[in-house]
Amino acid sequence: MPAAVELQDARVADIELKNISKSFGRTRVIDNVSLHVRSHEFVVFLGPSGCGKSTLLRMIAGLEPVEEGEIWIGGRQVDRLPPGERRVAMVFQHYALYPHMSVRENMSFGLRNQRVPREEIARRVADVAKMLEIEPLLERKPGQISGGQRQRVAIGRAIVKEPQLFLFDEPLSNLDAALRVRTRLEIAQLHQRVEATIIFVTHDQVEAMTLAHRIVVMNNQRIEQIGTPMDIYSRPATAFVAGFVGTPTMNFAEVEPDPSAGRFATVRLPDGSCVETRIDRGQLPQREKFTFGIRAESIRTCEPGAGDTSGSARFVERLGDRTLVYLALSDGSTLVAEDSGMSRISVGDSVGLKFDGGAAHLFDDDRGYHGSPQGRD
Amino acid sequence: MAAVPQVQDAAPLAATRGNWRNAVFVAPYLFFYVALIVVPLAWGMWLSLHKADFFGERSFVGVENFVRLLNDSFFLRTVWNTFYFIFLTVPALAVIGLGLALALNRPTRTAAVLRGVFFASSVLSVTIVTLLWRVIFIADGGFIANVLEAFGQPPIAFLSNEYLALPAIAITTIWWCLGLPMMLFLAALQQVPHSLYEAAALDNAGRWTTLRRVTLPSIRRTFALVIIIEIVLQFQLFGQAQLMTLGGPNNASRPVVLFIYEVGFNRWDLGYAAAASQILFGLILMAAMARYFLSRRREEV
Repeated sequence: MPAAVELQDARVADIELKNISKSFGRTRVIDNVSLHVRSHEFVVFLGPSGCGKSTLLRMIAGLEPVEEGEIWIGGRQVDRLPPGERRVAMVFQHYALYPHMSVRENMSFGLRNQRVPREEIARRVADVAKMLEIEPLLERKPGQISGGQRQRVAIGRAIVKEPQLFLFDEPLSNLDAALRVRTRLEIAQLHQRVEATIIFVTHDQVEAMTLAHRIVVMNNQRIEQIGTPMDIYSRPATAFVAGFVGTPTMNFAEVEPDPSAGRFATVRLPDGSCVETRIDRGQLPQREKFTFGIRAESIRTCEPGAGDTSGSARFVERLGDRTLVYLALSDGSTLVAEDSGMSRISVGDSVGLKFDGGAAHLFDDDRGYHGSPQGRD
Repeated sequence: MAAVPQVQDAAPLAATRGNWRNAVFVAPYLFFYVALIVVPLAWGMWLSLHKADFFGERSFVGVENFVRLLNDSFFLRTVWNTFYFIFLTVPALAVIGLGLALALNRPTRTAAVLRGVFFASSVLSVTIVTLLWRVIFIADGGFIANVLEAFGQPPIAFLSNEYLALPAIAITTIWWCLGLPMMLFLAALQQVPHSLYEAAALDNAGRWTTLRRVTLPSIRRTFALVIIIEIVLQFQLFGQAQLMTLGGPNNASRPVVLFIYEVGFNRWDLGYAAAASQILFGLILMAAMARYFLSRRREEV
């Protein structure tokens, strides 16, 4: 019975970050970040390089001291504990396998330091090696195996420790494209199998979208938005999030709200055309200017003159299933629209454009405004 | 199909021609290497088979010089002294050098200053170093003698004591030569990826475990390098012994090189000195090879 209780205890690991701040010298690297990660949750920190995501992860691991704020893992305050006592395991970007130890020794090292009995170590290493299909590699040194295999060993080294929390620091960035996709899937499967809490750092939005329960988008040392992948994609909290997530980048334009009456806000684009959004007028603050944002997939092409506005095609990118058309509007501003894979548009053509106002966003300096789903009717 | 053999024929031809041209780039180095190293080495070996002096008197005696050497207790004593000296200095240089490197491998200003301080002794000439340490060791008003006197102890005549003379030279040498091993170890330590230490910290490894299981294995090659360099270097002990004790007392601190020097340049018995040099060369070569084979066998396991 006590063993079962302990096991359950080890698996329940809420992570709580309370008002974390940190500076290197005069440079603020983490600015008052708070976050709650539920037990078994897969959370991805997403952001451009230098946004503080890796630093935050390293603070949770204990590799960077916490200056202000608290970190709680599974009900224990850990921010003053050394890394080895936080019950976390980390997979490093460059794997950080011990080059002079065999794969087996690499995986056993942490357990041996914790004075886990020898048979227990052997059993756990064997189990994990089987799960990750690295059994034939156990007696080899890291220098004798491929990059993808090293990645598995690094993951295996984390799993054998049966930690409360897994930390991944851009673990896929060293792999080639095909291997990256495969390993991504494997990490997702792994999460289902070990039921662990995972925090995963990446700058790759596809990794974030495909792996995460929730994404924490960071920029400029702060959290911009926390939400499910679809939340982040369809209801970006700030113009930064809207621009960072999604390919191609969302179209932005400076717009003025049209003062005419009506339930929904109508905006005037720089080329003079008007778009009616599904954003409640009452929701918007009194402002002269907003940033209007709309994804390429929400701008459809049509016959010139039939749509909301028109432009001339500058580049055409054929992706097979769809075609991206880069256009210049009459005032010189540019935007990207989407057409079907069989698109006949070629460079120089005049193209009509139809905006899906329901998918349009407005941003001010602090936040975003979206058409509410109810508002669509 | 016909084109394939042609290509195969052309490749070795081009390679041969290439080799010929490559030789031009190696030639200057090769010339000096042969003229300044290979020829003197061969000449020394040839000389060791002769009875010869500086005045051109020369007669072939075969291996007689070597037979004489192996029966010369005076020479054998110098060989023993040299080995004893290596035993005293090389492990100490490696261990202290590593200790200093570990202590000073941090990015603080103090560490940088101390690195400079510990390396500074290496740039001094042997004359200055021995002068300095004579002042420390000398029984008549020397530094250690003064310290002992303050505690009411009689002075110790390090340099004229049969058992302390060579250890005193060893201490002087360690002080003088410590900079190089320290710098080599520092360079090696800085090559160890920082993430290995982070992984070790997450793996619950304490300081001692990290040192033993992560740091030391990572700088294993440098350790071997330091040992080999220092063995070769300390085999050639000469200046310190010549300047501090002249090999005395009672030959207790006379190394092989000093023996060679005295036989060759004081007694003008060039053939005999050349033969002793060959033996020294052989010893150094053996030490180097032994280290090489030991490290190779460990790599294979």
